[in-house]
Amino acid sequence: MDYMKETINSLHQKLADKELTAQDLTQQTLDNINAKEDKLNAFITVNDKAVDDAKKIDEKGINGRLSGIPIAIKDNIVTNGIKTTAASKILYNFMPVYSATVLEKLENAGAIDIGKTNLDEFAMGSSTETSHFGTSKNPWDFSRVPGGSSGGSAAAVASGDVVAALGTDTGGSIRQPAAFNGIFGIKPTYGRVSRWGVIAFASSLDQVGVMSKRVEDSAEVLSVIAGHDDHDSTSSEKEVPDYRANLNKDMTGVKIAVPKEFYHEGTHKDVLDNVNKALDAYKKMGATVEEVSLPSLKHAVEVYYVLASSEASSNLQRYDGVRYGYRAKDVKNIKDLFVNSRSEGFGDEVKRRIMLGTFALSAGAYDAYFKKAAQVRTIFINEMSNVLKDYDLIMGPSTTTPAFKIGEKVDDPLAMYMNDILTIPANLAGLPAASVPAGLADGMPVGLQIIGKPFAEQDVFNAAYALQEENKFYEQIPTALKGED
Amino acid sequence: MNFETTIGLEVHVELKTKSKMYSPSPVAYGADSNVNTNVIDFGFPGTLPTVNKNGYRLGVMVALALNAEIEHHTHFDRKNYFYPDNPKAYQITQQDKPLGHDGYVEIEVDGKKKKIGVEELHVEEDAGKNTHGNNGYSYVDLNRQGTPLIEIVSKPDMHSPEEAYQYLENLRKIIQFTGASDVKMEEGSMRVDTNISIRPVGSDTYGTKVELKNLNSFNHVKLGLAYEEKRQANILKQGGRIGQETRRFDEKTGETFLMRVKSGADDYRYFPEPDLPDYDISPEWVAEIKANLPESAAKRRVRYINELGIPEYDAGVLTDTKEMSDFFDEAVSYKANPKLVSNWLMGEVNGYLNEKKVGLLDTKLTPEHLAKMINLISDGTISSKIAKKVFKETISNGTEPEEWVKSKGLVQESDPAVLKPMILEILDNNQQSIDDFKNGKDRAVGYLVGQIMKQTHGQANPKVVNKILMAELNSR
Repeated sequence: MDYMKETINSLHQKLADKELTAQDLTQQTLDNINAKEDKLNAFITVNDKAVDDAKKIDEKGINGRLSGIPIAIKDNIVTNGIKTTAASKILYNFMPVYSATVLEKLENAGAIDIGKTNLDEFAMGSSTETSHFGTSKNPWDFSRVPGGSSGGSAAAVASGDVVAALGTDTGGSIRQPAAFNGIFGIKPTYGRVSRWGVIAFASSLDQVGVMSKRVEDSAEVLSVIAGHDDHDSTSSEKEVPDYRANLNKDMTGVKIAVPKEFYHEGTHKDVLDNVNKALDAYKKMGATVEEVSLPSLKHAVEVYYVLASSEASSNLQRYDGVRYGYRAKDVKNIKDLFVNSRSEGFGDEVKRRIMLGTFALSAGAYDAYFKKAAQVRTIFINEMSNVLKDYDLIMGPSTTTPAFKIGEKVDDPLAMYMNDILTIPANLAGLPAASVPAGLADGMPVGLQIIGKPFAEQDVFNAAYALQEENKFYEQIPTALKGED
Repeated sequence: MNFETTIGLEVHVELKTKSKMYSPSPVAYGADSNVNTNVIDFGFPGTLPTVNKNGYRLGVMVALALNAEIEHHTHFDRKNYFYPDNPKAYQITQQDKPLGHDGYVEIEVDGKKKKIGVEELHVEEDAGKNTHGNNGYSYVDLNRQGTPLIEIVSKPDMHSPEEAYQYLENLRKIIQFTGASDVKMEEGSMRVDTNISIRPVGSDTYGTKVELKNLNSFNHVKLGLAYEEKRQANILKQGGRIGQETRRFDEKTGETFLMRVKSGADDYRYFPEPDLPDYDISPEWVAEIKANLPESAAKRRVRYINELGIPEYDAGVLTDTKEMSDFFDEAVSYKANPKLVSNWLMGEVNGYLNEKKVGLLDTKLTPEHLAKMINLISDGTISSKIAKKVFKETISNGTEPEEWVKSKGLVQESDPAVLKPMILEILDNNQQSIDDFKNGKDRAVGYLVGQIMKQTHGQANPKVVNKILMAELNSR
């Protein structure tokens, strides 16, 4: 059984009609994952208790929104009793004693946590190449990256391992891999989903989101995981609509803004062609498309890397070898314990960002780096919200290029960082943003990015749904998987 | 050369909350290691802080009691440093928008009143505790981790160890009467860091600041600062330079010793805490807290003098601690004579506490029992002499005075119909004493009263006895 042609709705029907038990579905899902893992490396941990969990669902009955539906979880979301590593050596053996709020909400809706997907170490990266557990592969071309940091979740969805997966997005970590794998992925408004139990990278930017082949499945899952959480003071009290039930592909009168700065000079021509094709489709559906300007976008990457790294340098200090995780051996004193555990436990990219952030927060550099970046962020937020006063949505490419080759950028951090320029704006402004498949460039998928007003996830879903119903990209089988069965 | 001393104090006070400042774990003492903890206190990955509103409220109370301005738009900041008892490797505090600022504490030294400025106050969280075993291992106990603290930073307005001492005394008292903290140095709910420098009189720049640690009582603060004053003056007189350093006070020798030289300012890389939204304090909330601020010691003292007729000195003693003052107020609320309550508290009760070396709340005496006992004296039910017995029983065993007096038959005998025959009989048997009395020997009266008391086992009402006795003596 694979999910190439299934949706949450179709699986739910089969389970409800007893055509299939949750146990069978879960077992088949595990078999399916295991058959592909050698090539794909989408998972860090497969949940060996999943079949038992499914058995309980069968006993309880198919009465939740996600009863018996296996869902993959990015491995920076803590799961009680299931190893959670953030793809770092420093947490290689970490067994959480509590579950993230999103996990509890999924479980309450009857979903099965099928396993923990690969990512860049602490979600710092755009390719999963910084994972301590090896690089995941792109199911469209195994020699290419699946993107990152939610690369494992994206590869698992694109390859039909699961119908939906949770990811996290700090600077594009859901949208970029969604684009690279030809799937849908949404990062909700900052505060829409609880961060309790999400291993922090950059607290003011991190947000949990959903990835799936079809828009409606992400809408279903987001309806379940969104909402206020007393554990997270930054989570919003705003009511959560039923995104799935309210899906609507009518684009009549929708005003779309396209920032000219999104047409970055380094953007691949086929990417632009596909994006333009999508914009034309929206026009035909009755939307208006106009060019706007976001002049501060040129500073977005710098602002992002200063702020995200500063927060990360503080957030990652707790990994000191004292209470959990990797502890260096043969240390003589407490300083050695700290220094050696961290030196041996963190990978190069994480260390690079810790150093960058530590510098940006240090007494002599604070005003020129952290403070200035925070100020520019405010300017940028204002630019974005001014555009959204006159327009419903902002659109552009999700990435400048399709998935790059494994190893291609690994030694060029700056090129890797520039890769995020199109996705960072939505994080800096805290806006909901999605990537929806727009076509192929050199045989690799390309994504259209859709950014909405704060808490207007429904608008984003609806626009993505309209394009999906137009191009039916979900019918395409990733090339590297063709003929595998 | 004459020197002028400059002292600034940083005082940490634990706020009396049920739960921690940023986590719902209980705040309690004496539990086994790491019992009062949760995943937040352990800094587990994915955990987030939430603000304890009551902790913040207590902080605002303290700030208001210290006459400070309250910051209405504030936020929390992270102070970053590595230490095993600091599980997140940052402390959540308030750096650039503290809870309150520009307050003061009034002190009086050598009859002169003076205001010591409070630069700012902010809430933050306490760290855990490290202990070092003799087996080569160190242990971390996170029970204390996250306990709410308010840090009170004084202005460098104090110029002598005595002024610092008075500042601390008054600060402690003011906070204690708000009920926001126990402010006990010996239990660690109040901690003092001091900075002291000296400079030649007339100099317009401060001398090099020395930080003094390990000060476990106000007296140690005074002694340590006095030692530092002299030490620094000696160095300067000999042409030396004061090092920028942290020194430890040794309570055995009364001297200070070098702990570490400060090679430069520590860089804590403060930045706004992104896990907590900006914290807005509404003027209404502050007004509500202000309106409900418990009565200060100073106000209570005035009330005792003006409304209850307590002498000034006594009112001062009664308001020295909140425990005593609360006890007094409650006893008076049971309609006991305030002056008598005051006398008993300052006399017998304090005597008992000193003798047993215990605190007022450690005994079984309740304000209600004390009031009842005093009322028994006032209405003549028991004599002052019997009252001492009742007091001993009540404070030792928590016995209800009225019942005990009744059950032990200690009620005072005031009925002349009962007393008169007894007195007449004693007079009949002691002609010698009557003669002595007639010859002007007043001692004879004392002897006769003693006989009556003996016969009544001390329960005769002395006033009534005296009245009958004198009338009889004069008529014989």
